Amino acid sequence: MIGISGINIQLGTFHLRNINLTIERNEFFILMGPTGAGKTVLLEAIAGLIPVRQGSLTIAGNDVTGRPPDKRGVGIVYQDYALFPHLTVRENITYGLHFHKLDRAKAKKRFERLVEELSLSPLLARYPTNLSGGESQRVSLARALMVEPSVLLLDEPLSALDPGFRDEIRKGLKKLHRDSDVTFLMVTHDFSEALSLGSRGAVMNNGMLEQVGNMKEIFQHPNSAFVADFVGMKNLFPVQIEDRRASFNGIGIELETAPRKDEGFIAIRPEDIILSRKKLESSMRNTFRGIVRNCNDQGLYYEVEIDTGTVRFKSLVTKRSLIEMEIHEGQEMFLSFKSSSIHFF
Amino acid sequence: MYKKEPFFWITVSCGGIIVAFIVIPLVQMLTAPSLEMLKETFRDRNVVRSIWLSIYTAGLAALISFVFGTPLAYLLARTQFFGKRFVESIIDLPIVIPHPVVGIAILSVAGKNHWIGHLFSELGIRIMGSVTGIVVVLTFVGLPFYVNSVKNGFESISPRLENVSRSLGASMFSTFTRITFPLAWRSMLVGIIMCSARAISEFGAVVIVAYHPMIAPVLIYERFEGYGLKYSQPVAVWLVSICLLLFLILRILTLRTREDT
Repeated sequence: MIGISGINIQLGTFHLRNINLTIERNEFFILMGPTGAGKTVLLEAIAGLIPVRQGSLTIAGNDVTGRPPDKRGVGIVYQDYALFPHLTVRENITYGLHFHKLDRAKAKKRFERLVEELSLSPLLARYPTNLSGGESQRVSLARALMVEPSVLLLDEPLSALDPGFRDEIRKGLKKLHRDSDVTFLMVTHDFSEALSLGSRGAVMNNGMLEQVGNMKEIFQHPNSAFVADFVGMKNLFPVQIEDRRASFNGIGIELETAPRKDEGFIAIRPEDIILSRKKLESSMRNTFRGIVRNCNDQGLYYEVEIDTGTVRFKSLVTKRSLIEMEIHEGQEMFLSFKSSSIHFF
Repeated sequence: MYKKEPFFWITVSCGGIIVAFIVIPLVQMLTAPSLEMLKETFRDRNVVRSIWLSIYTAGLAALISFVFGTPLAYLLARTQFFGKRFVESIIDLPIVIPHPVVGIAILSVAGKNHWIGHLFSELGIRIMGSVTGIVVVLTFVGLPFYVNSVKNGFESISPRLENVSRSLGASMFSTFTRITFPLAWRSMLVGIIMCSARAISEFGAVVIVAYHPMIAPVLIYERFEGYGLKYSQPVAVWLVSICLLLFLILRILTLRTREDT
């Protein structure tokens, strides 16, 4: 669907270097990376807003490298919504129709479907200044999808929203993606977003693609220290679900609520895993015995790896507790974590 | 600010002095001529002709600034290029150059010794002592006010709005007419008013390029030189009233802009 080969872009002192990427039709592709990595530049290059002088870009099999942005069929949704402030919500959504020859009945039907799916009907006559963040982002999505682009670019569409709205838009995105054959390419900082929405993804750093692949692959097997450090989810495991119980590699973990899926992934932040010499008498259901395999000095903290025999957990402890508990390699310890600190995808 | 501090009273009295400094001479001048005299002056053909000439040459200068200044303002607001600062300083030059110097500078290219002046005279265009000359001078002094105002207007519009419009299928032209212009027209109007207000008040440069036909400031100066204060005041009152009207419109427009955003 999107084919990027050998793209180099120079903007002032910033370089986008040798980008090669293929994104399949109707894929939900996630682009991650720290601020200034060049994610937005790549997005805008795909949209045709930044000229590509070296390399080539194809969309739906057509070479669009030199094509102006209005002839690419690429929609874009920004973090700050970029709604036209002088137009009503309805005018914003239908803006693109001025430039697309479209059967009126068909356009009306699509408009009604988008308004329905994104629950926009009470907002249609309002101006963007009076909308909340979540409402604005839904309008922005409807506007982009109204002209049926072959590719939809999303530049951190959720990061400016309040957590409540974020979840709502995330669900909306998932549904919109499922119900259409549009290819989604989304930039995000949030790993749970990335894992719950994306099928494949890439991590970018310093104008280059560090790793491209299956989302789960990136999280489980980072191919460079940078990616490993960036994705940061040190304890990530594929699990089978049975009611509230997630099992993997012969161990069972109690979840806070029963997920509606049979399988998925759990992730636990290393700082949420508590170590002790004796089995803790507490409400924490998830306690395992293991042997310390590795202690990694990370400045203020130590990253301690514990092997339960079948699974290796990583925990963060302060230097002080490391000394107090006399944690060293080969030492037998207990590790515990709360059900509420388990992230399920 | 704490109201009992001496500092507060210093700020208040400074403010009062400045307001008085501006208002007292203006009020004095405006109230000096009798109503009878004002009426009589307005019946004077020369006065009406000069005020009308002032207004429409200033209006033309604003129109020229609009036509040529808008694309330039857009370019300056939207692009980064080598020497941009330099171009911006050049645009601002007419603000800092002494007014008679502007007149002399324009005359020195308008004369037949210069190839531009030569070309103009071949084409039958006269700068010296003509309405054309006045418009050239007023455009010269008014243009920076227009360009700067509109540049600020364009800069306040997020380029992302234009990006989205392009991605939705709009050409650059459609994007400008449907998005950028509707969002920037107020700053253009403000620019036009600033530019024409500046142009209407120009004297020093005009008097060198074109004493005749006489614009209002030149007429006021002539009446003052020839007949004294009493005879120049009524013309001044008429001119100032018009300038105030322009200023009032400007204030109303900018206030409304602030409410919207």
